[in-house]
Amino acid sequence: MADWPLFEVFIRSKHGLNHKHVGSVHAADRSMAIENARELYTRRNEGVSIWIIPASEITASSPDEKEPLFDPSNDKVYRHASFYKLPKEVGHM
Amino acid sequence: MYAQLVETGTSKLKTLDEMSPEERQFQERINDEIKIEPKNWMPDAYRKTLIRQISQHAHSEIVGMLPEGNWLTRAPTLKRKLQLMAKIQDEAGHGLYLYSAMETLGADRDEEIDKLHDGRAKYSSIFNYPTLNWADMGTVGWLVDGAAIVNQVPLQRTSYGPYARAMIRVCKEESFHQRQGFQILLTMMQEGTDDQKAMVQDSINRFWWPALMMFGPSDEHSPNSAQSMAWKIKRHSNDELRQRFLDQTVPQLELLGCTAPDPDLKYNEETGHYEFGEIDWKEFFDVVKGNGPCNRERIEARRSAIDNGAWVRDAAVAYAAKRQRRAA
Repeated sequence: MADWPLFEVFIRSKHGLNHKHVGSVHAADRSMAIENARELYTRRNEGVSIWIIPASEITASSPDEKEPLFDPSNDKVYRHASFYKLPKEVGHM
Repeated sequence: MYAQLVETGTSKLKTLDEMSPEERQFQERINDEIKIEPKNWMPDAYRKTLIRQISQHAHSEIVGMLPEGNWLTRAPTLKRKLQLMAKIQDEAGHGLYLYSAMETLGADRDEEIDKLHDGRAKYSSIFNYPTLNWADMGTVGWLVDGAAIVNQVPLQRTSYGPYARAMIRVCKEESFHQRQGFQILLTMMQEGTDDQKAMVQDSINRFWWPALMMFGPSDEHSPNSAQSMAWKIKRHSNDELRQRFLDQTVPQLELLGCTAPDPDLKYNEETGHYEFGEIDWKEFFDVVKGNGPCNRERIEARRSAIDNGAWVRDAAVAYAAKRQRRAA
């Protein structure tokens, strides 16, 4: 399989959700990657749309950067609806 | 258990105090049930053990297609043939989900498959037994996939993220396998002739003990378990899973109207568990070492599948190149 690059596979289910990463396949090119992904990841109606992308093309954040990347959002409780306490009379908002 | 006797390469469990800072952080993550992801730091032994375990698991799925493939052209009806084909395709799929999870650890798929073909890598002992009659298709689905489910359900919570996610997909599909197997047997027992019923009992007699062996050696002979459990790549002991499997299987056996080839099998009112006779561990280790009834045949079939399929892979590469030239 040395000649066959690795592709990451993303599937969108029929309920209108986002494409979601499901795994990877090897294939000789992109269109065969879609065919392989169909056989492997949608044998039971799991999806209505497939995206494939060469694994080598993905840039990912590094686990070492976790703190500088994500910590700044930790102390901003005012970004959440639950931060705003309203009187009962307002009801559901 | 699809992965048996997975070597961890460690002789003694380290305490948190004995670990390096990064190893300690890693172990604490696992203790807190936070998944380890491909880019996270991990001890070399964890990576190597997981590659061994996941590849062995994947190889089992792939070799597991062979005993069933044996009956594909001899299925009694078109419906049964379609079901069997769907099940075998699922097994191929399970193998591929797992190889894909294994590659996230930096392992090379071809290299791991080479290890299977030259005997360096193992696969589950169960697939070294022949499938001699049609009822075996039922028994394999019911007992073998049943045992696999008991093993795989806890692995959905295993510490390595890609492995856990692959297991979730696998488990969703396995229950179809077990139900179709049990239904084959039930149909034969309820509507079959005396000969067909005898076929079911004969099949159960042959697969009963090998199915119990799938969970691997008893706990006192599992030197790698402590480390694997600390890493949470194994979540229950072999004996515990074997007992769980037995407890759920015996009532189904009775429902079929069949018996187990074990005179010591009995229900213990006090413990609420079934007790069973001594497993022939010599047979288990013989099969694991490569001397089961079908070991050589299975590996030969895998090798020739790879060799005889070379032209298909070459053709795909040539076609991709041609398409690229035309697009340019």
